Amino acid sequence: MLKTILIRCLQIIPSLFVVVTLTFVLTRMIPGDPARAVLGPQASVEDVEKMRETMGLNQPLAAQYKDYMINIVKGDFGTSYSYNQPVFSLIARRIPSTLLIALPAVLIALIAGMLVGVTSAVHQGTLFDYVFMILALVGVSMPIFWLGLMLVLMFSVNLGWLPVLGMGDISKGLGDVIRHMVLPCFCLATIPTATFSRITRSSILESIHGDSIRALRARGIKESVVIWKYALKSALPPLITVLGLQLAGCFAGAILTETIFSWPGMGTLIVGAIDNRDYVLIQGAVLVIALAFVMINMFVDVIYMIINPNVNYEGGN
Amino acid sequence: MGEVLLTVNDLKTYFYTVSGVSKAVDGVSFHINRGEIMGIVGESGSGKSVASSSIIRLLPARTGKIVSGSIDFDGTDVLKLGKRELLSFRGRDVSMIFQNPMTSLSPVFKVGHQMVEMICAHHKVSRQEAYRMGEEALRKVGIPDAGRRMDSYPYELSGGMCQRVIIAMSLCSNPKLIIADEPTTALDVTVQAQVLELLKDMREKNGMAILLITHNLGVVWQMCDSVMVMYAGKTVEYTTCKELHHNPLHPYTWGLLDSMPKLSSNSGEELATIQGTPPDLRLTGTCCNFSNRCPYAEDLCRNQVPDLKELEPGHFVACHRQGVESRLFRGGVKQHE
Repeated sequence: MLKTILIRCLQIIPSLFVVVTLTFVLTRMIPGDPARAVLGPQASVEDVEKMRETMGLNQPLAAQYKDYMINIVKGDFGTSYSYNQPVFSLIARRIPSTLLIALPAVLIALIAGMLVGVTSAVHQGTLFDYVFMILALVGVSMPIFWLGLMLVLMFSVNLGWLPVLGMGDISKGLGDVIRHMVLPCFCLATIPTATFSRITRSSILESIHGDSIRALRARGIKESVVIWKYALKSALPPLITVLGLQLAGCFAGAILTETIFSWPGMGTLIVGAIDNRDYVLIQGAVLVIALAFVMINMFVDVIYMIINPNVNYEGGN
Repeated sequence: MGEVLLTVNDLKTYFYTVSGVSKAVDGVSFHINRGEIMGIVGESGSGKSVASSSIIRLLPARTGKIVSGSIDFDGTDVLKLGKRELLSFRGRDVSMIFQNPMTSLSPVFKVGHQMVEMICAHHKVSRQEAYRMGEEALRKVGIPDAGRRMDSYPYELSGGMCQRVIIAMSLCSNPKLIIADEPTTALDVTVQAQVLELLKDMREKNGMAILLITHNLGVVWQMCDSVMVMYAGKTVEYTTCKELHHNPLHPYTWGLLDSMPKLSSNSGEELATIQGTPPDLRLTGTCCNFSNRCPYAEDLCRNQVPDLKELEPGHFVACHRQGVESRLFRGGVKQHE
């Protein structure tokens, strides 16, 4: 198993190389001039030229790419133009606050999705099943920015129960932060909950119609054990794949939610960086998100090996 | 021996599908004595599996339904069992062995874990004790290196080995009846013989009755005491194994017997078949189900459902052409008496 994990780790390197190259090229294709963005519209042409030189932007693209690659290998992500701070520390400060809403959201989605999915599958064709599967369909199709704005309108503006935006202040107590977390978490959890419940339902349905479940029932095993232990465990693999993708997606996918609620996480950092043509920051952030994606997918593979003994790349005992 | 263990009376199990009601089992009666091996023979779709699943009420929850009849098991009315009683009835009083051993065990838990689950469901023992019992049961069914097998996943075992595990599992609670639904169909021929031997052996040792569902008459001759031939949800012939072997009376049974390959036949000779296909189970109930394929069918056969008649002591046949007075002979030739 260790060998397999090691091989998967080595496979990360080419993927990251492709990601770095692509983001480098794509950021250069965003219209606008970073030097102009830093200095503002009033700056003179000479000043902008000077700025371009200090930023290294007047060099040929190939030379810029080479410098950037060398720096990354050294562990230097560069300095953000707009914040004038090292990219690495900027990102490091934002990640925890993104995780603060992303992790609870995925956790809630996973639990709620599994509960709904299993119950729907067991009561296939009943009212419960229809209602929740329609809700799930609505959930996956809901535009997040619209949902976010409606939530703010209802719970913050009209009812006044929850704060409109921001992260709250920890000095006012944990309760304040949690109150600020509620709406972004809910918003972020909508799509994953719907996805999880649909995947769980179809996966459970497939397994409860199988021979092994019929055999368990014939052996007089309690229905709750049959469903929640045996059927659920054999239905897990597709769920874990989706869990991995959702979790990774939350690193980046919080962009819309964070923007609506002005949550100071990775999402708002990236949006700001794009607005300011902050090439270095965009590249750094994308690299970190890509790294998260690849790492989580590697973990998914490892978990696969644990829950499904058939996926044993070394074979045998 | 001799004492009745299971009595099934006029059992009707129907499937309610979108396209109509399918009469999978339509008025079947039989009984099994303690320690007896009874066979149910029939082609695919004849209702033999549904009849056997009905005994432990293991039917698809939304579509399958036992419409009428009674099932009496050792003095208990199975159809009146509550949820909890049914759980202890299944697995403890009656065990079931399915056709495909590779898929009858959960692929994601180790053999030992599944054995412990089964044992703990029916016995008040600790998990360690259950584990020890499971290991012992594996040894009893002739699994070498039982300790290591307990720690294996089902995919690491061969089909025959899996079937042994399942048999071991069913024996753990010492059931009075084992329902074996085509237990050897998915196995190699050599392994088939071993598994059948094992079942027979277990019957000798533990004295449980076995209901053997098969489409292979050869298996019936080898194993069974009594046998019921089913066709399109109905019993066509029901008697002792010996009687059926020497004196089959229903044209469908003749067809089955004729279509068995014989060692004496020439290699170039074509296998005999029964012409036609079984009727649609949603449309049965107006005539003899076999009339469209029966070379002996008359007008009466196409207009009226035949009753199951006792033509000879203990030999029941459902055929209009077979009467106590007027006997039909196989292929038109008089059989040996």
